[in-house]
Formats: sequence, C-alpha cells, structure tokens
Amino acid sequence: MLDRVATLWPEIILFATVMVLMLTGTSADKDFRRAGSWIAGLGLLFAFIFAVRMPEPETLMPGLAGFMRPAACVLGLLLLLGLGNVDARLEAEVDGGRRFDPLDATQGEQLCFFLLSLIGLMLCTTASDLIWLFLALEMTSLPTYIMVARSRAKTAAQESAVKYFFLGAAAAAIFLYGFAMLYGAAGSLHLLDIRAALEAQAAAGGIGSLAILGLSLAVVGVSFKIAAVPMHFYTADVYEGAAAPVTAFLAFVPKAAGFVVLMLLLGTTLHLGEGGQAWPEAIRVLLWVLAALTMTIGNALAMWQNRIKRVLAYSSIAHSGYMLVGLVAAMETAGSASRSPATNGFAAVLFYVVVYGITNLGAFLVLACLERRGEEIDTFEDLEGLWRRHGPYAAIFALCTLSLMGLPPLIGFFAKLFLFTSAIRAGEYLLAVIAGLNSAAAAWYYLRLAGAGWVRRPGAAASEIACVPAFARRFAAGVSAATTILLLALAARLITAGDQAVRLRAAPPAAQHHAAAPDAHAVDARR
Amino acid sequence: MLLTLLLIPILTAFAVMLRPARQAALIATIGSAAAFAWSLLVWRAFDFDDSAAMQLTASWTWIEPLGLRLSLGVDSIALMLVMLTAGLTPLAILGSWTAITQRVREFYLWMLILEAAMLGVFVARDLLVFYIAFEFTLIPMYFLIAVYGSTNRARASIVFFLYTFTGSIITLVGLLYVAWAHWDLHGRWTFDIANLTATAASMSVSRQAWVLLALCCGFAVKVPLFPVHTWLPLAHTEAPTAGSVILAAVLLKLGTYGLYRFAMPMCPAAFHEYAPLIAVLCIIGIIYGALICWVQRDMKRLIAYSSVSHLGFCVLGLAAVNAAGVGGSVMYMINHGLSTGALFFCIGMVYERFHTRSMDELGGLARRMPVWTTFTIFFVLSSVGLPGLNGFVGEFLTFFGAFTSGQPVQGLPTGGPLGPWYGSIAAVGMILAAIYLLYFAGHLVFGTSHLPDTSHGGHDDHAHVRLPRDLSLREIAVLAPLALLCFWLGVQPGAVLSRIEQPVSSVVTHVNMAAERSMMITALDSPEGR
Repeated sequence: MLDRVATLWPEIILFATVMVLMLTGTSADKDFRRAGSWIAGLGLLFAFIFAVRMPEPETLMPGLAGFMRPAACVLGLLLLLGLGNVDARLEAEVDGGRRFDPLDATQGEQLCFFLLSLIGLMLCTTASDLIWLFLALEMTSLPTYIMVARSRAKTAAQESAVKYFFLGAAAAAIFLYGFAMLYGAAGSLHLLDIRAALEAQAAAGGIGSLAILGLSLAVVGVSFKIAAVPMHFYTADVYEGAAAPVTAFLAFVPKAAGFVVLMLLLGTTLHLGEGGQAWPEAIRVLLWVLAALTMTIGNALAMWQNRIKRVLAYSSIAHSGYMLVGLVAAMETAGSASRSPATNGFAAVLFYVVVYGITNLGAFLVLACLERRGEEIDTFEDLEGLWRRHGPYAAIFALCTLSLMGLPPLIGFFAKLFLFTSAIRAGEYLLAVIAGLNSAAAAWYYLRLAGAGWVRRPGAAASEIACVPAFARRFAAGVSAATTILLLALAARLITAGDQAVRLRAAPPAAQHHAAAPDAHAVDARR
Repeated sequence: MLLTLLLIPILTAFAVMLRPARQAALIATIGSAAAFAWSLLVWRAFDFDDSAAMQLTASWTWIEPLGLRLSLGVDSIALMLVMLTAGLTPLAILGSWTAITQRVREFYLWMLILEAAMLGVFVARDLLVFYIAFEFTLIPMYFLIAVYGSTNRARASIVFFLYTFTGSIITLVGLLYVAWAHWDLHGRWTFDIANLTATAASMSVSRQAWVLLALCCGFAVKVPLFPVHTWLPLAHTEAPTAGSVILAAVLLKLGTYGLYRFAMPMCPAAFHEYAPLIAVLCIIGIIYGALICWVQRDMKRLIAYSSVSHLGFCVLGLAAVNAAGVGGSVMYMINHGLSTGALFFCIGMVYERFHTRSMDELGGLARRMPVWTTFTIFFVLSSVGLPGLNGFVGEFLTFFGAFTSGQPVQGLPTGGPLGPWYGSIAAVGMILAAIYLLYFAGHLVFGTSHLPDTSHGGHDDHAHVRLPRDLSLREIAVLAPLALLCFWLGVQPGAVLSRIEQPVSSVVTHVNMAAERSMMITALDSPEGR
C-alpha cells in the first residue's frame, strides 16, 4: 500500500494546496485572498516537478502517469493564468469600503474545484482497478459542474451546469453498469487481472459476451466525458453557458480523463489471442461507428453555428472523433520487428490530446481576453476588424484555429498526421478517408474563424471591443500560441514519450502460458 | 544553399513587419530581388551535365519516428521553376507599388511568405516537406484574395481555399498509403521521395491506379483539369493583380509539377494506362475553356479561362509520355508563367487607370497608351503561340508529342498512350486560342476608342494615386524583362530544352518501361499467354 502512495505525491501536493486555498479564500485579510492564485500556481509547479520524477505505478499502463501528469500540470498552469480573478467585482466593493463577507467570496472555491478536477485527471492515469477508475473519473467531473454554474453571473451558466450535471450522472450510471458486468465476467476489479481473465477466455475460444457487453457499456458511458456522438448533446449549451476560460478547461480536462480511461479499459482487451486483431470485433465496430459518427456529426453541426463558442464546441466533438480514430487504430501489433511510435494509435491520441488542449486553450483565451461592453465577445461580427485594434489577438486566434484545422506546417497537422498514419497502418483506409474528408469539411468553419479577425474592415461596432484588464490571461494566450510553435520542434520527442506511455505491463504469472503478446510488450519496455 | 534561398524571403517578411509601412514596398522589392540574385547563384552552382540527379542536397532530421527529414534538392526541371518563381515575385511586388494602398505591410508579408512556400514546393526532396509547402501556399493566397481582392473576394477566397484543401487532403491519404507500403516492404518509415517513388512504382497496377487517383485529386484541382476547374476563374478574377500573376504563373504549375514529380514516377504503369482518360479531360478543358474565353466580356475572366485551356495543353504533353511531349510540357509551364503572368500585369495596369475590367467599357487604347499596347500585343502573340516567340515552342512540342505518342520510344516496343487523334483535336484549341486572344486584343487595343467616365472618381480606394496616362517607368521595368525573356526563349528554346533533356528522358523511359513490364505480366497471365 505504501509503495502505492509513494507514486501519488503530485496528487497529494495538489490536495494540500486545495486545503490551504479553502482557508485563504475566505480570509478577511485582502492579501491572503489575493495570494490564492499564486498558491495554486506554486502547488502546480511542485506537482509538476514531482510528477516528472515519480516511479511508475504498477498498473496496466505504467508509463501513462509519467506522460499525462506533467502534461496536466503544464496545461493546468496555463489554465490557471487564464482563469483570472472571478471575484473582481467583490474585491472592488471591498476596496470601496464594504465589509468582507466570506459567504460572498468564490475565488478560493473556484481555484479549489479547478485543482480537484485536475487531481481527478491525474488519478485516472494511476488507476489500477475499476473502483479507482470510477472515483477518479467522477472526481474529474464533479467539480466541473460547480465551475460551470459559478463561472458567470447569469442564468445561462446555471442552466448549463444543471444540464451537464444530470447528463453526467446518467453517463456515470451507464459506465458503472458496464464496470459491474466487467467484474462479473472477469471476477476481479483489477485491470491486470481482468486482462488475464479475458486472455484466458480468448484462448478458450473467445471473450464472453458479458465482458464485451460490459466493455461496450463502459465505452458508451465514458464517451459522455469526451463528448462523442450520441452523448454529445450537452456540449454546445454547456460550452456556451460557461465563461471562456472555464470552457477551455472543459474542453481539455474531462476529455483527457475520458481518453485515459478509455485507453485503460480497452487495454484489457488489446491484442488478445494469437496474432488477432487489436480488438474483439464487436468493440472495434463500436469504436469505428462512434468515431465516424462523432467526426461527421460534430463537423456538420459546427458549420451551422453563428456563435464562436458554439462552433468551437461542436468542433471539439469532431476532434473527439478524430481521436477515436486513433483508438480504433490501436497499438501496432506487439512484437512486430519494426514498430514505430509514429504509427501507434494510442500514442497518437495522447499527442493529439495535448496538442488539442493547448491550441484550443489559445483560441478560447483570446475570446476571454476581449469584451464588448463588459460581455464576452461571441459572434463572428465581434471579431470583424480585429486586426486593426487588437492585431496580436487576431494573430493568435488565427494561428490557433488554423492549427486546429490541421493546416501544415502547424502542429495540428502533425497531430492529425499521426492519427492518419496509425489508421492506415492498421488497415483502416475507409476511416482514414472519412477523417480526411472531415478535416476538409472542418476547414470551412475554421477558415471562417481564422479569417474573421483579418479579412473584413472594422465596422462601426468594432470600437466597442476592448481588452479585459487581465495581464495573466493575455500572457497565457501568448504562451499557448508560442507553445504551438515550440511543439513543432518537440513533436518527435512527444510522440516517442507517448509511445512509451502506453506500453502494457506484462501479465501476471497466472496467465503466462498464453501471454505471448504482453510478454513482447514487456521486452519492448525493457529495451 | 537552397535553405538560404528559402530563408531570404522569410527574413525579408520579418523585416517588412518591423519597419514602418512606408518602407514596406521597398524592403520587399529588395528582399525578393536578393532571393532572385541568390537563385542565380544556385543556377551557377548547378551542374547541368548531370541534370536528372538531385543536386545541392541538404538534409536535417525533423521527426525521427516518422522518418521525416527536412531535405532539399533540385533537379534541372525543379530549378527552372525555382527560377520562374524567384524571378516573377520581385516583378509582382514591383508591380503592386501603387495598386496596394491599404494594409501595405501585410500585403508584402504575405507575398514574401508565399514566395517561400512556392520555392519550398520545388526544392523539397521529402514528401511531407513538399506537402507542407504545397498546402501552405493556400494561406498567403487566401489572405491576398480575401483582403485585397475586388468585390466578390470573400466567396472567391473561400472557394479557392476549400477546393484545393479538400483535394490535397485526399492526396495526403494517398501519399501516406505509399509510405505505409514502403514500411511494409522495408520495415521503416521514410518520406524520402526517391525511396517512396521506387516503392510505389513496384506496386501492382491496380494499387498504382488508386494512388494515381488520390494524387490526381489534389494535383488536378491545382492545375486545374476540366471538371474541377471552377475555382480558377473566380479566384483569378477577384485576386489583386500581383495575386493573379503569381496564381497563374506559379501556383498552377504546382499541379503540373506534382503530376510530373509524383504521379508519373510513382504510378508509371497506371499513368500509362489512364493517360488517354487524362488526355480526354485535357482536350475537353482545352476546347471548353477556349469557347468560354470567346464569349467573355471581362478581361480578367478571359485570361483566367485561357489558363484552363493552356494548362490542358501542358498536361496533354505529360500524358503523351514521350520526350517531345514531356519536354514541351515543361517548356509550356515556363512559357505560360511568363506570358500569362505578363498579360495579368497588363490588365492590372489598365484596371488601375480605369477601374473596370469590362471589355464593353474599354476600347481603342492604342491611341491613348502606345507603350502599353506594344507590350500587350507582344504578350498576346506570345500566348497565341506565334512562331519566333516562346509560346510556340511549348505548344508545338506538346502538340507534336501527343500526335506522335503512339510511336515506339527509345527502343521500347510499347508506344506512348496517345495518338494522332488526340493531337488533331487538341489543335482545334490552338485555333480557338488565336481567335479569342486576337479578338480580345483587337477589341481592347484597336476598336473604337471609348473609355469609362472616371471624372467623378474619388469614391474609389485607388483614386488618390496619380498615374501617368501611359505606362510609368516602373511599370515598364516590370514588363520589359518578361518581354525580353519571351523573345529570347522563342529564339533560343534550346537553352531550356537541352538542360531539361536528361530528367525528361529518364521519366519517359521509366513510365514506358513500367508500362511494358505490366503488359508483359498481363500477357503472361492471360489464357492465350499460357
């Protein structure tokens, strides 16, 4: 047990930070309250340092934590800069002589929920059994419901929070149901044991239908977190209702957690049986259909939107679809003489999650940096003529949206490229073509977004657009844009690291007699 | 050496952004002229005795797991197109000094970025580097059309972008398939063009055909071939003058270059087999484009459609798969770049003065603008293919290539895929070209003199720039080098033809031998063969 705890230091540090923040957030002393963001930042920094140096936990994919936890910390820092001070008005009133009432203060809470959700994501990566997985995933989601509700002083935010919460609860029920079946089929909650049990079943003539059904339900349930069709209905309303920095958070953290969980769950059936396909056929078909539907419907709906956040919301659905392509393509056959990280579907997904997180963050932060008469900018008209008065924002926004489009030589192109190569490598030509056509369709609305700030002359209303007085947010937007450029140089390292991260752990001795595939993985890992 | 060539425009673009807008045009002109000077050095360094080989190569690792390397190099055909690009960009920039009055810095920034991207296409020796540069030309061109274009620019820019982007994504899938096939054979990922070409050429004909189809999706749109040409008139017409010039002179050549560099060597047997189909599309394009030109009332649209017609000849030459056809096609790429680019300049200069493109509103300009008239007539004649000027050489060679395509090539019993019929029908296009271009020139230059009423000008963006009645020295400086080059290539076509002979004959032999081999295999497999 203790060695298990020893791998969790980043989470523990963040949790301690949360405790401190709860106290400082309600403190009567102004300086304490305002130190909240700094404390959270410091906590994330330490968590990052520890996350890089932690030993690998003994889970199904031991390397996953080493990849995803530092990435979560880095993105967490950027998001933290973007969140800014929620309590600006309250603080102004306090400065104006009003007595401070801890009941009104929300800044501390907001930071706590933010960090708790990040902890949830990090815990997902270290999960070794189904219970842990479930709790970690819920820990990621629960704070987000409150963050959505609190992000704006409008009923729209509360409405979207309630929607999000009820649908999230329903999804949790579905995948818990799936977990129960999986437990029934495998007789264990441990992912490693489940894999061993399924392996025995596969060797004895095929994986039982109970396990397949359980996995399918779990996949469908988790697809809510990644906003895959048909569990996508909440996305547009929730994204639109929440404040832009929170939306950026929603587009990354639950999605990353969802994909981590999917990989761990699917990892239990990866390449079972002698030289078989990546997945049992039923699971492959399920993922295939999910991927194709999610890409196509997400893009089709995004084209019809007139509000920027809704466009980005539906496009985030489409991006989930692209990442599902990576899952379908799965890992290269273990032990094949010449595997390459660039064709490993799982590694491609990890790469994509990080790239998508950063680029999307940059786009949302630009929206968060600008306002029209105190309201967030929201329509294409608001962006018109942006180049004249807010040139750098227009440039960052164009850079990020073009990267999301997948235009070479931006990093989004390479993210898509890895997905394509892995899909073609896995023989999924049709899916690769569908993904390609979808990228082309997505170009239409991304070009509209990228061009909106540059093409038109500023109209009469353009002078109403002003910058939000939040330096940290501007800084974060700049850093996101710079990172998308920097990633071009780091792409090779990142994809190799992703490949290391998703190697499966060797099966326990009980299943040794037909554990050819995982053994080969273990050999790979040692090399 | 080639990397420096790419870096000069990029660094100039930075300089343009950093300096005040007043100096932008000057900096951009100097920078692009420096790039041209550098390209002359590249020309000097190139060894024409071994012109089929990739020379001046350089290579850096980029994304190791994918075998992606930033590797550059040129053969003599790529070098010709590099020269065309590097030579035309300074002229296009020089030609925009007075036409661009708003957002000046951005304009030159995009022009220079565009130049770097186009050069990148021609010097790439790695498939993905090629693809990246190929796609990246879209962004500067999109902004050039969308920001600086005329009335219908929003639609034109989006149609242009989406059309080409969609096509080239399918091309990417095809190229990735080839890379995967190479992995399957050799067990490692690479995007080196030479390696992948060898792999693709060894695939079965049916697999090659799929790859050819995927490649054509991107390249045929760019050329453009007949059914997918509809973006071109729109984009050409709405683009600013410099944009139209670059679009016609260089960007369209990316498509034909792609066909030459990838489609032919990678899928030789399939290319040979489907060449008649491609040729039919070309001929439809030639005649259909020419007929549309005949009835155009908009000068720019007329020249735009003439590009559809002319590029049909260019691809027809490639489809002939013999030395005359392919060599003529390369010649045609250069000639079309020079003369059509120059015609767009001429139209742009008239547009700057009268703010109309309609041929109904203009006529009899000879009396008013004698210098302009001289240049225009010269370029029209070059474009028509008057013997003695450059246009004739390329047109005649492609036509001749198509005509004689059926005859055995270089000791191989198999002939090229086309025959006299193709040449004969395409020749109709030559006659039509003479009709519509001379009609255009006659109407504009010598018709009854009438000019639009510009006295109430002032509402227009351009109105405050004073221009002389006839061409200014700067404008003459733009057109004169092009005219000289047209003339020189007309008299001395050997200067180009002898230098491209080696790569042309190697690709011709490659395609014909592959076709030969696949025919022998089919003959062996068929019941009679056994």
